[in-house]
Amino acid sequence: MKDTLDSPLVGRSVARVEDPALLSGRGRYIDDLPVAAGTLALAFVRSPHGHADIRSVDIDEAQRAQGVVAVITGQEVAARTRSMTVGVKADVDCWPMAIDRVRYVGEPVAMIVATDRYLAEDAADLVVVDYAPLGVVVDPVAALSEDAPVLHPSLGGNLINERRFRYGDPEAAFDAVPHRIGIDVTYPRSACTPIETYGVIASYEPGEDAYDVTANFQGPFSIHAVVARSLNVPGNRLRLRTPPDSGGSFGIKQGVFPYMILAGIAARVAGAPVKWIEDRLEHLSASVSATNRQTRIEAAVEADGRITALDWDQIEDCGAHLRAPEPATLYRMHGNMTGAYDIPNLAIRNRVVLTNKTPTGLNRGFGGPQIYFALERLMDAIARQLGLDRLEVIRRNLIPADAFPYRTASGALYDSGDYEAAMDRAVTEGGLAELYARRDKARAEGRRYGIGFACVVEPSVSNMGYITTVLTPEERAKAGPKNGAQATATIAIDPLGSVTVKVASVPQGQGHRTVLAQVVADKLGVPMAAVRVLADVDTMRDAWSIASGNYASRFAPAVAGATEIAATRLRDKLAKVAAAQLNIAPEDVSFAAGRIAAKGNPDNSLSFARVAATAHWSPGTLPDSVDQTLRETVFWSPPGLKAPTAEDGINSSLCHGFIFDFCGIEIDPETAEPKIDRYVTMHDCGRILHPAMVDGQVRGGFAQAVGAAFLEEYAYGEDGSFQSGTLADYLLPTVMEVPDPVILHHVTPSPFTPLGAKGVGEGNCMSTPVCIANAVADALAPEGKAPDIVLPVTAAKLAPRIFGDEPNPKNPVPETEVGPTTGGRKLTGEGRAVVKASRADVWQMLLDPATLDAIIPGSHGVQKISETHFKADVTLGVGPVRSRYKADIELSDLDPPNAVTLSGQAAGPLGTGGGHGRITLTDTEDGTEIAYRYEAEIGGKVASVGGRLLDGAAKVVIGEFFRALARHCGGSARSGLLARLIGLVDRIRKGGRS
Amino acid sequence: MPRLTKDDVQPVGFKLNGRPVVVRVTPRTLLTDALRHEIGATGTHVGCEHGVCGACTVQVDGEPARACLMLAHQADGCDIRTVEGLAQGDALTPLQEAFRAHFALQCGFCTAGILMTLDALFSRQPDADEDAIREALSGHLCRCTGYAPIVQAALTARNRIKGGPIDA
Repeated sequence: MKDTLDSPLVGRSVARVEDPALLSGRGRYIDDLPVAAGTLALAFVRSPHGHADIRSVDIDEAQRAQGVVAVITGQEVAARTRSMTVGVKADVDCWPMAIDRVRYVGEPVAMIVATDRYLAEDAADLVVVDYAPLGVVVDPVAALSEDAPVLHPSLGGNLINERRFRYGDPEAAFDAVPHRIGIDVTYPRSACTPIETYGVIASYEPGEDAYDVTANFQGPFSIHAVVARSLNVPGNRLRLRTPPDSGGSFGIKQGVFPYMILAGIAARVAGAPVKWIEDRLEHLSASVSATNRQTRIEAAVEADGRITALDWDQIEDCGAHLRAPEPATLYRMHGNMTGAYDIPNLAIRNRVVLTNKTPTGLNRGFGGPQIYFALERLMDAIARQLGLDRLEVIRRNLIPADAFPYRTASGALYDSGDYEAAMDRAVTEGGLAELYARRDKARAEGRRYGIGFACVVEPSVSNMGYITTVLTPEERAKAGPKNGAQATATIAIDPLGSVTVKVASVPQGQGHRTVLAQVVADKLGVPMAAVRVLADVDTMRDAWSIASGNYASRFAPAVAGATEIAATRLRDKLAKVAAAQLNIAPEDVSFAAGRIAAKGNPDNSLSFARVAATAHWSPGTLPDSVDQTLRETVFWSPPGLKAPTAEDGINSSLCHGFIFDFCGIEIDPETAEPKIDRYVTMHDCGRILHPAMVDGQVRGGFAQAVGAAFLEEYAYGEDGSFQSGTLADYLLPTVMEVPDPVILHHVTPSPFTPLGAKGVGEGNCMSTPVCIANAVADALAPEGKAPDIVLPVTAAKLAPRIFGDEPNPKNPVPETEVGPTTGGRKLTGEGRAVVKASRADVWQMLLDPATLDAIIPGSHGVQKISETHFKADVTLGVGPVRSRYKADIELSDLDPPNAVTLSGQAAGPLGTGGGHGRITLTDTEDGTEIAYRYEAEIGGKVASVGGRLLDGAAKVVIGEFFRALARHCGGSARSGLLARLIGLVDRIRKGGRS
Repeated sequence: MPRLTKDDVQPVGFKLNGRPVVVRVTPRTLLTDALRHEIGATGTHVGCEHGVCGACTVQVDGEPARACLMLAHQADGCDIRTVEGLAQGDALTPLQEAFRAHFALQCGFCTAGILMTLDALFSRQPDADEDAIREALSGHLCRCTGYAPIVQAALTARNRIKGGPIDA
């Protein structure tokens, strides 16, 4: 924490300037910002269905509810906006709110503006949406089949884009080698889920037709254009601001932009500013996640393990809508599809598919986890098939150190690296030999222990033109070239000579303000405290461009680089000013310790502040060659980031870091739980500006990757229901699950960035999941064919491979014979009740609406449509999870007065349900026994948050019904185990008396 | 206690970081919302509103509690302590200093809750060992740091509080 002035600050782990406020509760996150008096709250009505037509949206009751100012439907939003821009040429709209069809659970259907959030949510429950459910498809491969339900009829299918690429001569390469080795991999959906959710504050000024939006958006600011176009205003009528602090993002907060549009419209309709803070269920079910992907990858392999060609076939699942900047996840890695390996021939087939899941977006690693999982599992498969050492196969294919800068087959220009040296150091310093010894010992003792490797090239600073690789060369020629990545930095000097730095980097905790203070203080020779940095954005006041924001690990290479250039320019001007005042040549001026002095003669000096403020106080004394020293703004776009070539070559990123990981994993012999024994991660991220922050990025990415590898999955039922809507269902790793990795660094500075730094934020999200999978595969099957590993690797998935399938229970629970299910959250149960009434009377009661109304718990009325068709309006629930449902019940298989089957559907604000039950009546000594079995499925919100509780809840609710029936008849109702217990007690008591 | 309907606004009085406060809220108002939006004490953060993430942890009569699972009315008469009450004046506490020294926070959103849990742990158990510290931290989710720096910071803070060497 020393801040001495004689050694550079850059490269030292100085204390963060951000921390005192954040540690004291004085952060300024979106929900902490003051808002205008009269700001209203916004809440959303969301789809409980994965796929359904909207027949009608009835907002009358909601509009009359307490505190409600406006209720806005998708029709009204569409009337005031334009469809959001879609990144491929396709006949499809992309609206921020559903209009006539919902395509994923959680899709906004209406929004409520009210005086507070509680009242807004009350009113949201009163909006009645009449849905006609449609067939659902959640699997990307199934979505491609002829008979799959089609999400967007205008597309004629679910394939929204397909492109094939060919670099070098892959067919010839495959023909020329002895081995063609391929694997299929499935990469699931997960997300880096920041602890702070989305938030938007919006207002509208009709006099200027201008929107003012503050959102915890993270960039890229190309999205500003998407939002302005959708709101139907020029860019200068959309002022977009970000709060000073943001509670994590990891890419995810890019996805807040549809809510900027909706909040803008809500403010306009309501005539007042509105504010929306997303809740956790909304975040998990309907923000964004990474894509899930199905990949087939094949390699042309020589006998010695050298790979001469790769053939990729990727099916990318972008969810229900292709939202900007998708399908960027599929194309961000396009230049580095050959990873760390020198492979000259390449074929790629990319298909982008839409399914009934939440639209995808940015997520840390962005495309890297998906491709490296396939590529590095393939490396494992090659070593297995050829009987070679895994590390040796990697080594034989690495790009040699003397090949940099290295042009890949698909057009990336890797800036620097010495992969083999980095790998060798990791093997030695990370203790691989010791790990092998631990594995051998474990195996000798009969334990399952495996070692995995992963080798990854981590791209950073995205070329904004890479996404246009999705277009054909002809389409690109028509649209005009897109390329580059403008980074901006402004350095200003105030009249007292202190220094302010402004960048459009929008950090979410990465310490940008600290690092830039280091960079500028070093350059100007002033203490860090003399430099103040702002990193939030106001598009009406700040220097920004489409590449602004915090993504693609662009801070250290691009933003800090632009700041370095600005500081250098300012220093060079100040040197001229000082040279005139000190009577020396500009090249003899030195900047140190807050003073500007003659080199070699420190007595001939001036205070930095005095020289720096000259342009404020006496601009007339500036040398002719200096215009001003008040403010220097730099826009820097790396020259190497060109548009895709006519042959589809694309330098998709400016920098390419290198990671080599290995780990040891043991599978618990009792529980089948995999556990990391040791994890080593070697990074080459170029020059390191702040070692502790770099290690912080590595540890943070590693922890998220541990979650993705072992715990996290966005789970969908086959009916499209979203089943991981709480943090008790979507499990994030805690301190108990995350070991501390051994972090190593090997530095080859980037020749392409002003400071020599590369990005480092995302690498372990790319390398760690597959490194873990390779280790698990080694633990399961040290030799022979590679086992198929699908993340997350849970004990439940590993157990059958270790212990075999579960044996059948000795006393199997009888299955209820009901129709086919749709794949939602399934509930089953049975019970019986004894009532003091004859079979005929009970039969009558069960079919009589008045009796049913009297005994159904929470009934608000039962209506008889026909002899076998009833409609009911009931309040159902357990504890606080209580809601009103409209139920539709049909009777079938009537066998009066013995048995009847009930089938029904219910829908309410908390979700939907459907099921079948068979009721049978039998005579007892003094009445009738009613036995019932049911199987039901539920979807919507209740399935997302309450799945674990529902079995019990259903039993309670159904039990209540039969208790009420029994009371109505003057008998008693007992069900299941309880009935048997009570029966047993009764018999014992009776036995005791006789 | 009078029976309240959902719209009845009633005063709730409690001590917040040593100062008496009164808020007038409906019965269903969460303690987090009362703290943040009625009082303006925004240092306590809301991450999940179902008690899993721990970001909203405050101290209620000295014990850590999830403010998102408490109604404001349940705090009536209590002594509530939040992150704003840790530092005295401009000086950070040893716990806060240790977090800064070990880079045990990045975005800072989960940090308030973690500080309140550890502060309560060390006041109850000044010699808490690493296992006890991990156990206490296991009720908190952090997405930025990977936890290791938080554990290190906690060990350092414990040693400082005990008066021992700073480095664990």
